[in-house]
Amino acid sequence: MVKVLKPGFYSTIQDMGRFGFQDYGVPYAGVMDTYAASVANMVLGNDENAAVLEMTMTGPTLQFDCETSICLSGADMSPMLNNVLIENNRAIHVAKNAVLSFGKLNSGFRGYLSVSGGFKTNKVMGSRSMFKAITRSFILSKGDELLIDDHVEAILKKNASIKMNYKYLYSNIIEVYKGPEFERLSKNQQDMLWSQEFIISKDNNRMAYQLEQLLDNDLEPIITSLVLPGTVQLTPSGKLIVLMRDCQTTGGYPRVLQLKESAMNIMAQKFMGNKICFKLI
Amino acid sequence: MTFNLTYKPFGARAILVEWPSKIDELILKDIIRFKSTIQENNIKSIVELKSAYNSLLIIYDTVCRNFENEVNLLKTIYNSHSLQYDSLSTLWKIPVCYDVDFGIDLEAMSVEKKLSKDEIVKRHSEAIYTVYFIGFLPGFLYLGGLDETLHVPRKSTPRLKIEKGAVAIGGNQTGVYPIESPGGWNIIGNTPVSFFNPKNNPPCFANAGDRISFIPISMKSYNDIKILVEAGVYQVESEVFHG
Repeated sequence: MVKVLKPGFYSTIQDMGRFGFQDYGVPYAGVMDTYAASVANMVLGNDENAAVLEMTMTGPTLQFDCETSICLSGADMSPMLNNVLIENNRAIHVAKNAVLSFGKLNSGFRGYLSVSGGFKTNKVMGSRSMFKAITRSFILSKGDELLIDDHVEAILKKNASIKMNYKYLYSNIIEVYKGPEFERLSKNQQDMLWSQEFIISKDNNRMAYQLEQLLDNDLEPIITSLVLPGTVQLTPSGKLIVLMRDCQTTGGYPRVLQLKESAMNIMAQKFMGNKICFKLI
Repeated sequence: MTFNLTYKPFGARAILVEWPSKIDELILKDIIRFKSTIQENNIKSIVELKSAYNSLLIIYDTVCRNFENEVNLLKTIYNSHSLQYDSLSTLWKIPVCYDVDFGIDLEAMSVEKKLSKDEIVKRHSEAIYTVYFIGFLPGFLYLGGLDETLHVPRKSTPRLKIEKGAVAIGGNQTGVYPIESPGGWNIIGNTPVSFFNPKNNPPCFANAGDRISFIPISMKSYNDIKILVEAGVYQVESEVFHG
């Protein structure tokens, strides 16, 4: 069991997501940065879809009531085990009653914590990814107890580590495909998309990232149609909205761009004030 | 009948198929037929299909290396299916309590539309609605068939909290909020029926192409049904619908 002493800013249990229910209006959810989450699982020899803890900006404080191994990846949030700094991307042995806490955010925005065997919280509709009205809670709260494996054989992944490619945490190039309504934009509007730097607005979360700069927009709204994580919608007021993992299954705004899957990971590590540029693949 | 369809890549591993841009029952039937023919073909690389008013999205497990090939395969499938549409569908009878305790916007709507509350309820519950697709929220049905005299604009300021089960009108659409959520539609009643239950598989009893009708009930039957729903023993009444 892992006990939540402090929940952090926005911490959730996530696996790769909830698939097969889009036609019932059920969002995929799942880890925002699949690369970092996979690294955290791989170091411990976990299944790729093992549930991890996704932490945003400010990490939680957690106490382990059994021995296990952990790995942290993604954002560098100055992780500390019993008040001693530890490294990202390597297997770390955790003794019974040890306390994991976090300090200053040094890079990125979302960090991932894997434990040996993965978190064993409730699976609903094939996934442990927390989501409102689907899982019992949709965010970690103080006092929560998260189930993990408590057996010795899982523990001894000593000193395993992976050379992580950190570059993506600092990249501001978002690779995209043309969206279904891209060709409806004027040449001028299209050029604006490629030439301008866009700033992430304060409205950014697991559902969507809104961008500051407006794009002149004279496109008609579309009849409600289908969207995916990574779809960039253009609202009537000219706002660009980049849909993220918790996005709705349908939408009625023109879909001008679609992010490459690896660009979703770069996006997931951005926060208010960060700049991005779109680059056509 | 066959339509002129367009096929577009949507990211690296999905293909978007589009019908003419309008809300039309024939298009809905054609989408459903295409979708089920793809499912019958059991193509391993296709992991998910989802549809809306005039579009179908086909999602593959890996990056589509050859878009043309995939599209040609889909075109063959589209042209292979029988030309007869299914003329039978399921009609779900949804009990709704239109009491003003639930229908908090009925009074204002009655004034605006110059219709009595009873007349609004009558027109809303006499229609048979078509389920076009599910989206927006888990279990939220997009319904076609609202009486034109009941069209009323969304509220300029959305409410932060709308109760689960709220039956509402927004513009030319009517629908049921399956879970508590913010929303800008005008609320005219509430149903004790659950439109989304993550413990059930599938999580929603209705599907695209089904029909819905709303049956007015008293506050007492609302409470009686609510108890059955919470005990997990309530079955939504349904019948076969022709047309």
